[in-house]
Amino acid sequence: MEQDDRAVATTAAAHVADSSLLEELVAHLREERTPLREEWTRRITEAQLLSVMTSDEIFSEVTAVYDNYVDALETGSIEALEAYAKNLSERIIPRGVETHEVLGVVLLLRDVLARSLFEKYQKEPSLLTRVLDAYEPAANRIAVTVGVSFVQERERVIRQQQLAIRELSTPVLKVRDQLLILPIIGALDAGRARQLTEQLLNGIRENRAKVVVIDITGVPSIDMPVANHLVQAVRASALMGARVIITGLSADIAQTVVNLGVDLSMMQSVGDLQGGIEEAERQLSYEVTRTREQPGELGG
Amino acid sequence: MPVSILKQGDYLIASVQSALTDTEVIDLRDSLLAGVAKHRSRGVIVDVAALDIIDSFVARSLTTVARTNRLRGATTVVVGIQPEVAVAMSQFGLRLDDAYTALDLEAGIQLLTH
Repeated sequence: MEQDDRAVATTAAAHVADSSLLEELVAHLREERTPLREEWTRRITEAQLLSVMTSDEIFSEVTAVYDNYVDALETGSIEALEAYAKNLSERIIPRGVETHEVLGVVLLLRDVLARSLFEKYQKEPSLLTRVLDAYEPAANRIAVTVGVSFVQERERVIRQQQLAIRELSTPVLKVRDQLLILPIIGALDAGRARQLTEQLLNGIRENRAKVVVIDITGVPSIDMPVANHLVQAVRASALMGARVIITGLSADIAQTVVNLGVDLSMMQSVGDLQGGIEEAERQLSYEVTRTREQPGELGG
Repeated sequence: MPVSILKQGDYLIASVQSALTDTEVIDLRDSLLAGVAKHRSRGVIVDVAALDIIDSFVARSLTTVARTNRLRGATTVVVGIQPEVAVAMSQFGLRLDDAYTALDLEAGIQLLTH
């Protein structure tokens, strides 16, 4: 019990000492603002981080981050820094700055500052230890804050883009009587495949379609659940009396489908959209002919 | 019975009015098979637009009708499967082998007469 009390007392004392040390630390960092900033910029350029930004841009961001960093050390409040990090992330993410660069930059600042503390206090090892005790947790917390802000911002952008892709509805287009085309652009996931099936079947009913051409030229890749969804969509269409022709399977997708062992026996597929439409027209007994020869191309 | 079977020229048209019990499904199957024999029909249309669910028993009965008819030289067309029903059926792997499918009665008649 007595020991516990003493331990608490020591911690409290250490805490008081820490806060005064932190003040001293902050004063030091303010004083050394210019050389430390320059050193940090130099190290960033040396490590070839933030290569998409010009050195002027780096320097101005460095200045802002440095000041926010020191403020955060002083007040212990990371809100301002958090806001700045979020704002910074918004600006640099579209330019292609990577997570490792952001983390690298923040850790470099931590190293640069720690170095300067070493130099200042190297004559007094015990004081140095206490200074570092005060500095390290605060610095680490700041590094985590900036890193997390960046990653969160990135995730927000990704979520937004996913939503945008999902909202790009898949159009069901009527080309001729009883013939629909369904061009699919962009990656398919299970959710989008389900939405697609729904639109396909409603389109069949509304347009009284007999043949549907699904063009997947714009689909970069396909996995097992999505392939199965497509098969189900085709089966469901067949139950409603419509045949489906798939067009635009890239070599990659065709190979994936074969390797996955998806059963495509009930699916008719044709190389490209044009071929698919021609096949559909044949099945529906359409005959498309030119009424006269086309004149030569201008300038040709 | 919630199914009316009409003779229309060479064809039989069975129109399902509401959900069917298993007994009614069997009755439908037997009446259709007997009707085809009696009227020497060339085609049968089963309109299932009123069904919210087509389970494996209904699917199997329809397949039986279609297969039997095929052996007798008659064509079977199932019409009016709702989109949700079609999705559910394909998810559960229910198929209507030997039967043709069409959007509705009109499309079914067109399919038979062409």
